[in-house]
Amino acid sequence: MNIPQEKVATELAAVGYIPDRDLATALWLMDSLKRPLLLEGEAGVGKTEVARALAQFHDTKLIRLQCYEGLDQSAALYEWNYQRQLLAIKARDGTDASAVEEHVFSETYLLERPLLSAIRQDKPPVLLIDEVDRADEEFEAFLLELLSDFQVSIPELGTITATTIPRVILTSNGTRELSDALRRRCLYHYVDYPDVDREARIILSRLPGIDTDLALQIANMVSLIRKEDLRKSPGVAETLDWAATLAGLNIRHLHDEPEAVFETLMCLIKTAEDKSRMTREVSDRLLGKVA
Amino acid sequence: MNLAETTANPVGAGAMTKLNGFAQILRDNGFILGLAETRDALKVVASGGAARPSRLRPALRSLFCSRQSDWQKFDELFDAWWLQRGMKSATRVSGVPQTPPPGLQTETAGRRSSGESDQADHVERGEGSEVSEAGQSRREGASRTELLSKTDFRHLTNPEDLAEAHRLAEHLAKSMRARLTRRMHARRTGQRLDLRRTIHKSIAHGGTPLDLVWRKRKDKPLRLVMLLDASGSMSLYSAVFLRFMHGVLDSFREAEAFIFHTRLIHISPALKERNPQRAVERMSLLAQGTGGGTRIGESLATFNRWHARRCIHSRTCVMIVSDGYDTGAAEDLGAEMQALRRRCRRIAWLNPMIGWQGYAPEAQGMKAALPHVDLFAPAHNLESLKSLEPYLARI
Repeated sequence: MNIPQEKVATELAAVGYIPDRDLATALWLMDSLKRPLLLEGEAGVGKTEVARALAQFHDTKLIRLQCYEGLDQSAALYEWNYQRQLLAIKARDGTDASAVEEHVFSETYLLERPLLSAIRQDKPPVLLIDEVDRADEEFEAFLLELLSDFQVSIPELGTITATTIPRVILTSNGTRELSDALRRRCLYHYVDYPDVDREARIILSRLPGIDTDLALQIANMVSLIRKEDLRKSPGVAETLDWAATLAGLNIRHLHDEPEAVFETLMCLIKTAEDKSRMTREVSDRLLGKVA
Repeated sequence: MNLAETTANPVGAGAMTKLNGFAQILRDNGFILGLAETRDALKVVASGGAARPSRLRPALRSLFCSRQSDWQKFDELFDAWWLQRGMKSATRVSGVPQTPPPGLQTETAGRRSSGESDQADHVERGEGSEVSEAGQSRREGASRTELLSKTDFRHLTNPEDLAEAHRLAEHLAKSMRARLTRRMHARRTGQRLDLRRTIHKSIAHGGTPLDLVWRKRKDKPLRLVMLLDASGSMSLYSAVFLRFMHGVLDSFREAEAFIFHTRLIHISPALKERNPQRAVERMSLLAQGTGGGTRIGESLATFNRWHARRCIHSRTCVMIVSDGYDTGAAEDLGAEMQALRRRCRRIAWLNPMIGWQGYAPEAQGMKAALPHVDLFAPAHNLESLKSLEPYLARI
């Protein structure tokens, strides 16, 4: 445990996520300070993947809450099982009303949603709150309360305190500015596109059969494409798709097959506008720069 | 790791002072740090996991930064404080707030104080704000407000009148919000059953849901995106619109503000900034390039490309305030307007010159943009601003 950051990095690499050094530090801090980690960055840089790898590395559950506009407590925290409650009330028709009330508002009729489920596990899970910027401000305030106390009060049941504190990862795409309070509560890491070297390592770890040289060429090419003025820069997942396609076509050197490179670029380019911008000439020019 | 461990491996007093100093520098530079953050930083230092600068840097960075701009500033400040590198630049960023240009300073200061008092007023008065507003103006003297609201902004030369017009513009934006919401409440239909409460009530009737409880549908609030032309030709109008935008941002829960001249600048964070130093720092951007030519097409392109996805949803009205004199190509402007039109609900183009006598939209840019505009309205005085409200309420 001398250099905990590096330990985190190696262990994450073992489960297929290649973190940069700063991210490894942030993850180590997250564990030692018990703070949530807020990840920001362009779409497709692998923010969600961090949570997945972390869950795998701690050998624990990944509980995911996808945020959206209008997300409320009943979808995020808990909900009563109304159908069963109605049945139970019918079945006990005629008995004492207050006893029935107590019965139908008990654990049996409670449906756990991600947030409640995350604080009631035996082993601390990884809780991924994805795209928190899409949720409303009210929800953010509620989240802040949950993240600092780790307890939930359900009017009919009373307060439920966390059995374990989950490791919390929040991601944001910048749809809306998050509140200062939430930001302060969290550790922060800005996830950037991986550099050529790291991206090549990612390709190699995900597609073990691929040629090292080819992986490096692909990473180089993608990084050049990202520098082009595109509406939607290709993310890491797109790179992996493209690498798999090229490997599937048995291509050894990108230079030998400019035709195939251009034709498979659709793995990376996702809008009509970008497609018209990435002409054959552009593709060949970029290919020329790939060492 | 806990505090007991920290005391077992104490941090030297020197390191602690140094760390506190660093936290102070960061605060001076607009970082938001509380005691909890510094305490956690001490824990990190004490744990030995960050013994060397190379390890301390990433650790403190993820602890102390809370947004991308912090992230970018951090390295420079870190180097200056811990490695005594680039001291000159550190004093520049960390020193006393730079004195802003005089005009800007009064503008921001005035905005702060009046903004706060106005807001308090607003809450207190609630929906009766119109009445007390009228009362105030009576006390001030014969229909001054009315006169002011009909005067073209460019004819306001008296600083007092100008200040009053600014105040009214901001107030107008706020009362607009109050009325818009009220109308939305009245129109609310689409109701849903609140099962949880219904069941609660039905227990007494043996499960027969006699008392139904309804839930009101939450309306998507109208979002206003304002793009203000701050070029030389608009200089007589832009200040008052800036005030108007500030009022809108303050009272609309969802609003975004941009200004453009030769390029586009997103100013809602600056207008919302509570920390005066950061506000000045951000507003100083406004000074760059104002009074130069206008590239409306290019600015709109920037907006479409970088901001539209984030700013625009299905109930968005984009409001462009400009005289339409574009130094760029008119075709570009047309194309960008068309792209923008596809994304949002309405485009309103406010042109102060419509209020002038004998004005016809002859400017090349204006002609190219017109086919894509839903509302082409004057905006040369307060009254014309006020008449926008019924339009917005219908969206």
